[in-house]
Amino acid sequence: MKYKLVVSFLLALLVAVPVVAQQDTTLADTSAAAMLPAPATMVQAKDADNDHGHAIDVTWELSADDGQGAGTVLSYEIYRSESPDGPFEQRGLVPSQKNSYTDIGSRDRESPDYFPDYIDFYYRVDAVAADSADRALSEVFGPVHSYGQWFNTGRIPVMVGVLIFAILTILFVTIAKKGRELYVRPLAGIDAVDDAIGRATEMGKPILYVLGLGTADQIATIASFTILGRVAKRVAEYHTKVIVPCYDPIVMTVAQEIVKSAYLDAGRPDEYSDDIVYFVTQSQFAYVAAVNGTMLRELPATNIYMGKFYAESLILAETGAVAGSIQISGTDEIAQIPFFIVACDYTLIGEELYAASAYLGREPVLLGSLKAQDYAKAAIIVLAIVGIVAANFGWTYFTELFQVVD
Amino acid sequence: MEFGTYLWTTFAAFVILATFSFLYKDNPFYKFAEHLVVGVSAGYFVIILWHNGLVPNLFHRLADGDWYLLWMNSSKPWYIIPAILGVLMWTRFSKKYSWVSRWPLAVYIGVGTGLAIPLEMSNRVNKQLYAAMAEIDWSNFWGSRFLDVSAGYSDIIIFVGAIAALIYFFFSKAHTGVFGGVATFGIWILMIGFGASFGYTVMARISLFINRIQYMDNYWVQTAFDTSNPNFHAGFQILFWLLVAVLILYIVREIMAHLKTKAQQG
Repeated sequence: MKYKLVVSFLLALLVAVPVVAQQDTTLADTSAAAMLPAPATMVQAKDADNDHGHAIDVTWELSADDGQGAGTVLSYEIYRSESPDGPFEQRGLVPSQKNSYTDIGSRDRESPDYFPDYIDFYYRVDAVAADSADRALSEVFGPVHSYGQWFNTGRIPVMVGVLIFAILTILFVTIAKKGRELYVRPLAGIDAVDDAIGRATEMGKPILYVLGLGTADQIATIASFTILGRVAKRVAEYHTKVIVPCYDPIVMTVAQEIVKSAYLDAGRPDEYSDDIVYFVTQSQFAYVAAVNGTMLRELPATNIYMGKFYAESLILAETGAVAGSIQISGTDEIAQIPFFIVACDYTLIGEELYAASAYLGREPVLLGSLKAQDYAKAAIIVLAIVGIVAANFGWTYFTELFQVVD
Repeated sequence: MEFGTYLWTTFAAFVILATFSFLYKDNPFYKFAEHLVVGVSAGYFVIILWHNGLVPNLFHRLADGDWYLLWMNSSKPWYIIPAILGVLMWTRFSKKYSWVSRWPLAVYIGVGTGLAIPLEMSNRVNKQLYAAMAEIDWSNFWGSRFLDVSAGYSDIIIFVGAIAALIYFFFSKAHTGVFGGVATFGIWILMIGFGASFGYTVMARISLFINRIQYMDNYWVQTAFDTSNPNFHAGFQILFWLLVAVLILYIVREIMAHLKTKAQQG
């Protein structure tokens, strides 16, 4: 009887243990499933617009557990592979509530992050919970490849602006070339240049012309070249001396050509010397130290600062004031204009510097472009007034015409 | 701190004082500092240009080609073009062929200007114009926020100021009558902005001056005289006093010269 009971108990155990074990496994599975967040859905990927390639935009629908449901999603990890079956490589990480990512790589073939164009890729987005092991994998999307665009549609407003300005410039240059007088209002700073050259001649002292720290391709430096040409011509006519210390070697080379041509135009090529325009150094404050020394040793009658200036503007202008020179300045570097206004006798503010080159040169091309600028400014004023009215009446379609997306 | 390090610190202090001596007048100490910094910086930038410019941007990119094929078999043969343009600049040393150097200059300025035009149009026109077309916050023009000078009034001041400043830069019409009045208002707005910018920058410059004084105090004076300073060494005082003696001698010489001049004039 005892044996029967023992055998029955063992048999019962043999039957019951797998059932209980199965039940435990089911419970454990249910618990694990409850911990995993819902996956991101509707994963899409496409080549990023308006770029040079090497980038793909990835978008997805947020997980049902992101900000709602179980609320367990903390981030999304973006994976990429050259095959739908993997292996996948992580390309990015974004926080929850964000449903887009731009996968950008390098265009340099030798870079470890090189992102080749026209190669098919597959993307997957993982919804990740606090424990990074708890993650839900989205479906794989692909294939998709990146490529560059020839035309950046986000910059159409820039193209339209340049075209309108070009048309205006051609129009006014043509008018100027036909000999029609184009009025430009007097600029005090520029009228002072001729007086300053006369003063230097009377005093028998040189004129110091500083082209600033800009490079030869910057607009302020190009405007300064025109003014230098005019100053150098007058200086040659009056047999006065001009000193042009340069910060940039290319600027020096261009300045030498301009001064040489000016001396030639004035009929005094024999008086030109390459030592008039010389290179100092490309270190900002070393250059300032050298120019300051020149100011106090040569005691120029006039200092002219035209071009691109930075932190050295006040140091130069103050030293010039101490040396007792008449000082005329002009720059489009907004942060430096206050220093020139304080320390100089005349200052050309911003665009006045560009206007000065046209005013002095009186050449049809320069005068025509100055007129075109004025008409462009008038158009900008009108558009700004219409635009602010449109913005306040909610007519965004008008304001968006001017939006540039880089 | 080792004696050699303190020697260089003393030299740095000397250069700082020599530079500040310019405030008195041009003098031999300033001339020394000026020539030193100009010479060192010119040499330094030659090396920088070589290592950070020519080597990585030209030589490395043509390195997989052969010189006897003029690097035309390189994977990036187009880099020969700027190299040739650069070499053409050397024709300036010849009176006969110096005109050739104008070609690279023309390319450089032309490319720079071409790149600048769309950038200027984008940054200085389109983006500014779009930003000006902003919705004004009308809520503080009446009710409990009446005369609250924050958002709404600022929006209008900025917009009107921008238009007036733009009118100031209109060169095709004389600044007379109503037009002149608006232009004058524009220049006033500009001057207010410049004043604020001036004050802000001057404060930054004063902080630079304080930084130099702190440097001399911490690394030069205290190291020689503050016994609690971990780098203190009494022997450093020799260098300190040596420099002070040089400065005193110069001041005495200046006073003597001044008195002599005065006596001659008298």
